[in-house]
Amino acid sequence: MTRAASLDDALRAAASSQYCAGGTTLIDLMRQDVMRPERVVAINRLPLTSIDTTADGGLRIGALATNSDVAHHERVRADYRVLSEAILSGATTQIRNMATTGGNLLQRTRCIYFRDPHSACNKREPGSGCPAIAGYNRNLAVLGTSEHCIASNPSDQNVALMALGAAIDVRSVAVTRTIPIDQFYRLPGETPEIETVLEPGELIVGVTLPPMRGWRSHYLKLRDRQSYEFALASAAVAVRLDGSTLADVRIALGGVGTIPWRTPAAEAALRGATVSRDAFRAAAEIALRDARPQSENGFKIELAKRCLTQALIEVTA
Amino acid sequence: MSVGTPIDRIEGRLKVTGAADYTSDRILDGMLYGIPVGSTIAAGRVVRVDAKDALAVPGVVAVYDHTNFETLHSHGRSSLKDGIVDEHRAPLSDDDVQYYGQYVALVIAHTLESAQEGAALVRVTYAPSAVRNAPITPDEGERKLGSHRGDPDAAFAASAIKVDQTYRTPVETHNPIELHATVAAWEGERVTLFETSQAIVNHQRVLTEMLGAKSDNVRVLTHYLGSGFGGKLWPWPQSPLAAAAARKLGQPVKIVITREQMFMNVGHRPKTAQRVRISAGTDGRLTSLQHDSTNHTNMLDDYDEDCAEATTYFYSVPNLRVTSGVAKRNVGSPTSMRGPGAVPGLFATESALDELAIALNMDPLALRLRNVPQRDEGLDIPFTSCHVAECYELGAQKFGWDQRTAAVGSMHRDGMILGWGMAGCSWIADRLDCEVRVELSPGSARVFCAVQDIGTGTYTMLAQIASDALGLPVRDVTISIGDSSLPPGPMSGGSMATASVIPPTIAACKDALHKRERAAAQETVVGYGRSNGTFGGEPKKSSHSFGAHFIEVTWQPEIARLRVRRVVSVIDGGKIINPKTARNQIEGAIVFGVGMALFEETRYDPRTAAPLNRNFADYVVASNADHPAMDVTFLDYPDYDLNPLGARGVGEIGLAGVAAAITSAVHHATGVRVRDLPVTIEDLIGR
Repeated sequence: MTRAASLDDALRAAASSQYCAGGTTLIDLMRQDVMRPERVVAINRLPLTSIDTTADGGLRIGALATNSDVAHHERVRADYRVLSEAILSGATTQIRNMATTGGNLLQRTRCIYFRDPHSACNKREPGSGCPAIAGYNRNLAVLGTSEHCIASNPSDQNVALMALGAAIDVRSVAVTRTIPIDQFYRLPGETPEIETVLEPGELIVGVTLPPMRGWRSHYLKLRDRQSYEFALASAAVAVRLDGSTLADVRIALGGVGTIPWRTPAAEAALRGATVSRDAFRAAAEIALRDARPQSENGFKIELAKRCLTQALIEVTA
Repeated sequence: MSVGTPIDRIEGRLKVTGAADYTSDRILDGMLYGIPVGSTIAAGRVVRVDAKDALAVPGVVAVYDHTNFETLHSHGRSSLKDGIVDEHRAPLSDDDVQYYGQYVALVIAHTLESAQEGAALVRVTYAPSAVRNAPITPDEGERKLGSHRGDPDAAFAASAIKVDQTYRTPVETHNPIELHATVAAWEGERVTLFETSQAIVNHQRVLTEMLGAKSDNVRVLTHYLGSGFGGKLWPWPQSPLAAAAARKLGQPVKIVITREQMFMNVGHRPKTAQRVRISAGTDGRLTSLQHDSTNHTNMLDDYDEDCAEATTYFYSVPNLRVTSGVAKRNVGSPTSMRGPGAVPGLFATESALDELAIALNMDPLALRLRNVPQRDEGLDIPFTSCHVAECYELGAQKFGWDQRTAAVGSMHRDGMILGWGMAGCSWIADRLDCEVRVELSPGSARVFCAVQDIGTGTYTMLAQIASDALGLPVRDVTISIGDSSLPPGPMSGGSMATASVIPPTIAACKDALHKRERAAAQETVVGYGRSNGTFGGEPKKSSHSFGAHFIEVTWQPEIARLRVRRVVSVIDGGKIINPKTARNQIEGAIVFGVGMALFEETRYDPRTAAPLNRNFADYVVASNADHPAMDVTFLDYPDYDLNPLGARGVGEIGLAGVAAAITSAVHHATGVRVRDLPVTIEDLIGR
């Protein structure tokens, strides 16, 4: 394990190494013998922590800004409430103080079989099989699954970023590029071990949020207990109202997808509609129409529908 | 008088400043670290343990398996006198794997890190066999008749109003914050075991036998315990492993098991399946009650949960039969968990009572009051002190139960649906053998007893009792416990420690005061006291604690959110020695009950029988945010038949009945009757 002294230093080390920011996922998985990186490069002292207003009134969040700093940031609370609420609904204060914006984008699944090195898992050991499909899958995905993997993306932050249409700024030695978040994650398909479009050697350096003047947003998370638990279903919603008409709407679901789940069809159905529980429920039906239940998690389809409906009611209230 | 006053824990400052010496904090000179390696199959044989790579790790001293470890003696008999253990077979004694995670090797190293790395490199080859992990049924296993009176079959058949249902409770894991740990150090033939034990005297007996040692040569110490909930009552395999490895290597050995191993190697509350048949006349008087239960157990062990423990005496009913059986499975041995028997048992019977009340169109409180027992009808003897009717009446009054409307979903507040449920509870009140020595000097005293404080307040309670008996301020009384070389004391189990230490402590104090009269002014005098236990004997009177819980849940169907909001509990637990530590026990038990009712279940893979959610993220317990508002009242009637202060223990009574009160409230709110714990979101909105 080494510590990167500068961004260039980190990028040069990247090809053969695993980056470690807050360590809240990586260290955990290394202790469980699930991830076995040959080299770890600690990047947590790089100057990527600032949160700044962009020229167009959006917000640029450094990749190493902690979850706590983002959630409590004045502009995030004022203009991107969904992000603040999402972050604060996850983990604990101690973990949020360590976890970073960039690290959270790459949070690994909570699938129990992925996290048990003695078990088969196509994500951990490609081709070894998926015991979750006929096993313990109550907390796993109903959207975006394949016959090779049904692992759910556990993040709250990323659901909010998906609803906000964030852009992810990436650097490598050779390339600087920006990836829209709805093109960042990859469905498991036949290669569940590949979770994002990041190339080897690339480092997330920041996240840019578009200006959201005139929008309201909200995050609703449902789970068994009241705190410190991953979502069984969550909804991140942002709306622009014109009287009681939905001028624009953005929706993402958490806890139910193999990736943070954007729902363009449900958004389209609501655009121009009048605020009403029936319209919201109809949109929720659309959002979940492609859902495929596993042996234990069929209830999540109905739960996600109720979650999205209620989130829309609350954000338009 | 200190007894009856809510003083702070006398050891509280040590704990909050980090000065209390917990077992896993202990570091001895030359101490080695052991990591047990668990099996990754649940049934079969160990063919080969390849330790080559592990032994190559710098710092690794030894790798043991069943072919090269010490021969330890398996503990055959389990009794209070001989010592109790739930996993009888000594660790690493053969190649036979009977549960997932069973220790198949032990790595010893100079540092914890080396031991962990070595353990990860031990390669074990297995010959697996078919896993026995089928679901259990309430009639499985050889039936043991627990109690019988009248003709329950005929009465049940003749009754027009009856309930016949099966209730199930899942595997629950104790999960005290403190991990099980052993530090073993030999000096010649003598060994000192620093342990995480709720029963140091029992631990000393069992380890003496397992190690083939002389009794006087084994000393067990547990100065402080980070709780146990029953999981630390009996020795578990890390203890003989550490002791035998330390003897073999001639250096102290420490083993602290992992959180994952807490789910595999140190017991759990077994899965239960319970059929309850109950009938009543139209007046609500019970006419029959049958309770048939089965719990799973390990293939090699015989743990019996005794779900009908409270069934036999808690209801006035002329016709009754209770039976139990065990179902052998490839799972680690179950063990006692807070309120063993009565807690899962009362979930079943109190749920059935709620269902019977609905069948009768009768208020569930009125049904309870109609069937309050006047004597222990199971043993046909009187109670020493039973105020359960007052628990029901006072609890109902404090809760506002008379405002309840019976129809499902008929009550609302703040846009939420309310559900109100109630249940009764009971737990044994007994004493165990106990001896106490008191050293009395001018202006101060020391109390010595091989009991232990598992975090519940035993230090404080002993100081209060001795303070009153000696006429000294509490601060001038020093308590020495947690050492098996002291006069033998009781286990901290079955809620019996408090009641057990009272008679000999008072006797020892009196003896010391008596000797003081004839001693020189500055002399330290020594008083002794001892008392024989009542537990397991043939009593002339029946001594039990009682109580009632009234619980409010809220249900928000639009987001499928169920929360326990408010709990009123009234406890008839005898004279309360310290209302503060006692309240702490009841409130903790209520929260425990919220977990039992709504969250807790150790899930096993249907193919491998591996416990899956073996961590605190996936095994869901109640968080602080899930705590309801709690209103706890103690009736405080002394039970002088039990001991001179009339005190009973209160560690377990508070948990009994909570789950049934919650599922009854859930039914009242939602119309869904959950008979298979825990209540999940999918139970309420459909799978």
